[in-house]
Amino acid sequence: MIAALAFYVFAGILLLSAAMVVSARNPVHSVLFLILAFFNAAGLFLLAGAEFLAMILVIVYVGAVAVLFLFVVMMLDIDFAELRGGFQRYLPVGLAVGLVLLIELGIVLGGWKLAPDAAALRFAPNLAGAHNTAQLGRLIYTDYILLFQAAGLVLLVAMIGAIVLTLRERHSALRQDITAQQSRSVRQTMELIDMPIGAGIGGSGTTGIRRPAAPAPAPAAAPAHADHGGH
Amino acid sequence: MMNWSLAVPELVLACCGMAILLFGALMKRRETFHLASMLTIGAFLITAMLVIAGPHGLAYHGQFVADSFSGFVKLLVLAGSAFAVVASLDYNEHENLRRFEFPVLILFATVGMMLMASAVNLMTLYVGLELQSLSIYVLAAFARDQLRSSEAGLKYFVLGALASGLLLYGISLIYGFTGSMQFDQLARVLADPARVSPGLIVGIVFLVAGLAFKVSAVPFHMWTPDVYEGAPTPVTLLMGTSPKVAAMALLVRAMATPFGHLLGQWQQLIVLVSIASMLLGALAAIGQRNIKRLMAYSSIGHMGYVLIGLAAGTPAGIRGVLLYLVTYVFMSAGTFACILAMRRRGVMLEQIADLGGLGRRDPVLAMWLTVFMFSMAGIPPFSGFWAKYFIFTAAVQSGLWALAVIGVLTSVIGAYYYIRIIKVMYFDEPQEAFDPRPPSLSLLAAGSGLFTTLFFVFPAPFVGAAETAAKVLFG
Repeated sequence: MIAALAFYVFAGILLLSAAMVVSARNPVHSVLFLILAFFNAAGLFLLAGAEFLAMILVIVYVGAVAVLFLFVVMMLDIDFAELRGGFQRYLPVGLAVGLVLLIELGIVLGGWKLAPDAAALRFAPNLAGAHNTAQLGRLIYTDYILLFQAAGLVLLVAMIGAIVLTLRERHSALRQDITAQQSRSVRQTMELIDMPIGAGIGGSGTTGIRRPAAPAPAPAAAPAHADHGGH
Repeated sequence: MMNWSLAVPELVLACCGMAILLFGALMKRRETFHLASMLTIGAFLITAMLVIAGPHGLAYHGQFVADSFSGFVKLLVLAGSAFAVVASLDYNEHENLRRFEFPVLILFATVGMMLMASAVNLMTLYVGLELQSLSIYVLAAFARDQLRSSEAGLKYFVLGALASGLLLYGISLIYGFTGSMQFDQLARVLADPARVSPGLIVGIVFLVAGLAFKVSAVPFHMWTPDVYEGAPTPVTLLMGTSPKVAAMALLVRAMATPFGHLLGQWQQLIVLVSIASMLLGALAAIGQRNIKRLMAYSSIGHMGYVLIGLAAGTPAGIRGVLLYLVTYVFMSAGTFACILAMRRRGVMLEQIADLGGLGRRDPVLAMWLTVFMFSMAGIPPFSGFWAKYFIFTAAVQSGLWALAVIGVLTSVIGAYYYIRIIKVMYFDEPQEAFDPRPPSLSLLAAGSGLFTTLFFVFPAPFVGAAETAAKVLFG
């Protein structure tokens, strides 16, 4: 009874917030409704017994994807009102295409026959005593470990590629070179000058800015930044 | 059963790749490119030894196999990739591409190709293919400040993504209509002709289309000339050798093992693709002035010949495929080594006319290029002739007379443009000499040249290994 009630609450809010995502005037509100929709979908997953998916949905989609959306929406100055400007004009064409698709879907669904054993096969085999996090872990890290690791390599290559093709070392950028800082000796930074008492600094030829006698050698690593950018 | 040790060569190579990457990222000195390249070649050598010494069997829940076929292909792939790294040593120094990521990307592409060679599951097939393709997209665009290179990378990427889509669609159809992605189970299911449905055939067609893109066979060859021309030449060398071998091996295994019972269904498809490739390779190359574009059309033609062996659908045909790939890798690597030596006053040259009078200016380079051109044209006693001989005899034994006849005719047409290069080198007006050749390119040209020339003296180990490898598929 409570589960059914929770289902209708989650599903209702989900549908409502999904409708608000596409209809809200302010794009920031759209993203916020999207986050609400994600939370409710996570609730539905929990009800269905897929607690791992629920947590992933909250962590990945709410925690990362939606926040990214929010940043993008805030950073890009898109005039959504102008984008929607042609709404009225294109409405008839859009409706006509939608109607055709609806009719086609209806035809497809009209001829739909379920295989006799489809209903049983729809659900993944549920191992007794193993919750679905363990089952997923077993699939990913035991059964498909080779493919999982190979997919990881694909992502690594994508990362290397993005860096290789786009990163440019800017020569104007000032970097902190900790090794050079730490290996400087006192003599390179400070010079002690004996001044005769009462002579003043005017007559001693030491006016102006004094630089340390020994110029600091340029760190050997500095020119190597010129044309490789993989760090 | 988890027999993870069967994949030790791949694991070691991937770990070496990550170690070299880390090394390159942490060392901030200029010499990292050279050192990373040497380390990569070392990693290839170690992997090759592991492949030779490794046990055979099925691992990772039937997703991965190590057998004589995969071992043969892996050694060939490693050789091709090592050639590309050697060829890049001097080129990248000159063209200001000396970045340690270059050999690392070649290495990861090689891991992908080795996975492809060992794939006995449609998912392994796809992941290996993606790993290989993604690395090569990046490599094609590696000279990012040159418009042509970026264009090549982008073109290859967009069309490659389309081909991947076709491949995935085919895989999903096959899975949907048979209920399995594993090659041995597919073979068991399809032994019963009643289980063959039109949907499955459509899936196989999409699978062939996706793989034909990777080997640049004819209806899917459009990208080849532009990408070959635009990519940095060592990358072109790579594209012309190992990925072709790996994709062809994948196509052979995918057609022969799970769909072996459906030979009649896919044979006509392969025959059609093969004839179209041979014709286009022979005719379209005639008008080319740029030697890299010429090599692109030449590779399309060669893939057409290789597909004859697959169309035969017999162990003899597959043996021909493997032998053709062996000779092709060496010929192709040697030719590109000669192309890489075409540099005058520090500027790389790509026009065939630039070779004018090379026979008098640099007789050694001209000799090797002559050897490769004769071999590509299929003139005895060079290795290219024997490769064609094995392929055509297999086709005749399977009764594919038309294919064999068309193959012979197109090789005669193709001989025209190969021999034209020789004519330009020896009989045209001498031009200014090329810059002195670096030892790495001399070594590569001489090594592949010797192999190509002397193949007929010691073919037995290669023929024997190819025979064993081909028999595995017909268990």
